[in-house]
Amino acid sequence: MGILKRTLSLGRTAPPTTPTATPVAVETVQRAVTIPAVEIVQDDALYAYCLTSPGVVEIDTLKMDSAALRAMHEAGIRLILPLVSQGELVGLLQLGARLSEQDYSSDDVRLLNNLSSQAATALRVAQLAYQQQVEARRRERIEQELAVAGIIQQTLLPKGVPSLTGWGFAAHWQPARTVGGDFYDFIPLSDSRLMITIGDVTDKGVPAALVMASTRSVIRAAAERLISPGEVLKRTNDVLHPDVPAKMFVTCLCAVLDINTGRLEYANAGHNPPQQRTSQGVVELRARGMPLGLMPNMEYEVKETQLAPGDTVLFYSDGLVEAHNEAHDMFGMKRLQALVTEHPGGESLIGFLKDALFTFTGAQWEQEDDVTYVVFQRELKAGRRPAHTEHGDGEHYLLDEFEIVSAPGNEREAMERTATAISALNLPPARMERIKTAVAETTMNAMEHGNKYQPDKPVQIGISANDHELIVSVTDQGGDQPILDAPAPDLDAKLAGLQSARGWGLFLVKAMVDDMRIRAEDGAHTVELVINLEGDSHAHQKI
Amino acid sequence: MPIKKFEATLREPLLHLKNAVIIDLHGEINGSVEAVLTMAYDKAELQEPATIVLNFSDVDYMNSTGIALIVGLLARARKAHRTLTVYGLSEHYTEIFNITRLADFMHIYQDENSLMSEITAATTAVKSATKQNQE
Repeated sequence: MGILKRTLSLGRTAPPTTPTATPVAVETVQRAVTIPAVEIVQDDALYAYCLTSPGVVEIDTLKMDSAALRAMHEAGIRLILPLVSQGELVGLLQLGARLSEQDYSSDDVRLLNNLSSQAATALRVAQLAYQQQVEARRRERIEQELAVAGIIQQTLLPKGVPSLTGWGFAAHWQPARTVGGDFYDFIPLSDSRLMITIGDVTDKGVPAALVMASTRSVIRAAAERLISPGEVLKRTNDVLHPDVPAKMFVTCLCAVLDINTGRLEYANAGHNPPQQRTSQGVVELRARGMPLGLMPNMEYEVKETQLAPGDTVLFYSDGLVEAHNEAHDMFGMKRLQALVTEHPGGESLIGFLKDALFTFTGAQWEQEDDVTYVVFQRELKAGRRPAHTEHGDGEHYLLDEFEIVSAPGNEREAMERTATAISALNLPPARMERIKTAVAETTMNAMEHGNKYQPDKPVQIGISANDHELIVSVTDQGGDQPILDAPAPDLDAKLAGLQSARGWGLFLVKAMVDDMRIRAEDGAHTVELVINLEGDSHAHQKI
Repeated sequence: MPIKKFEATLREPLLHLKNAVIIDLHGEINGSVEAVLTMAYDKAELQEPATIVLNFSDVDYMNSTGIALIVGLLARARKAHRTLTVYGLSEHYTEIFNITRLADFMHIYQDENSLMSEITAATTAVKSATKQNQE
């Protein structure tokens, strides 16, 4: 090729994503004048011609409406040699006039034609090698960025779990990729309350992780001002909605736990419902609410439940219940509930569920989605605060403490909540019914006679126990005057119209419990209902 | 906690229960249901039955003010020389009827079948005795 007068230029076709063919190499022969190669766009008529016409082409012989052809004429190009590999135009050799100013000979053309197939293959290999290098560098950079994002995301999750007397906490986060869309959080609030959240951003990877980080921050900011879980979710939704990308949303469960009483208030933005394991069975905690980020101005239903000593609550993400095995069966809610029922509860529930998931999916499982677990249990020896009992036999452990608004019918709430608080004692059903009646009648007396059904004067109820006895104290705000001991009802007199048909309350209470103590102090009456526990079938599971 | 609305409905008289009327009670019995319960009892009395039966099978809660209402109905029944009978009480409320001595003044049957057998047997005995006297 040393006979060439000017320049031997090698152009290539554009990669599929670019509209023009750009030169990839220029070889300059000594004494030759360099002229730029002409680029050919894919919709140029010359491009299609080159694809279908192998071999040397004298451009003077071409008659077509082509911008590239005109540019070649202007640049002094005489011959072009399309380089086609596997049906793709990978380059175009463009030759100017010979240095000798003679026409190209038939030998020159033969040489060029022989060169074309070898040059096309070599060029294609070089292009592929280059693309692979670029791709490898890109992947390496992305992996480095993902690793950093994963580390950053882990710093946003709690470093540990809360350590609170009377409670056990555990959590496990298992992302499907280096970074995930699941999250959970423990946020201490004032007045011995703890906010517990779990969430799942649709999608995975970096976009999901960014939305996860935003959601966590907004919830934390809202939790400082808004205690109600429903209000926190509402606020978070309103802040997130304008910024969350289309087709992306966040499911989130927000709960507030009173660590003194075991009361759990919760709201749910479309997340999987938590499971509460009680001594009576497993209860699904449901509350209505749309996922965060979908629509503005959403309201979130707030529900509550009471955790009796021994109760465990499980929060989890859909990566658990929607995992599939090799037979394409789904793990499912029924399996989860059966497992939660089978397990005795507590922090080891997470390991138990992880093992069950591994057994279900098999060792070859490619994790489809993030899996997150949060578990908390109210220990049997809950709330080691001495109860406010004057005559208690030894130290008592507080099982529950709450207030009831003084209004007709509310004694049932006191009755049911007491039943929940003492459920772990496994008392015989008949004994349980007697306690419920005693608590209902005492609360009714406190609301009616002590507080005169004034809504601003609630009745306070405390439930405590030790190995020997259970004490339920019911306190009204009826003043310092003593509660008069009502005469025993005489049914004969009542049937004869000589005595009011009413007046059964105290009589029933005394008949239902082992002892009843009354005291008046600081403008309040307190009735203590004492139930002896020794000899009951609960003895094997003492507090 | 959802509370079932209290209802007291008179059962359509059955052929073999000509001398008795059943009032089916549903929900919670407390002082606030006095009007509903009294109205049902008034309707039952219009049929002048010898026995008025209270069916507690669907009663899930009764407090002391509810017991006072039952005492009131028992007093009315005794004044009118009727029998007040109950069935369907849970073990716990059966215990309360014993403690309050209500069980001393009213028959308590476990369920409707026990009640029916007893009343049918009693009716047959009365009919036989009447027939023998006529012969």
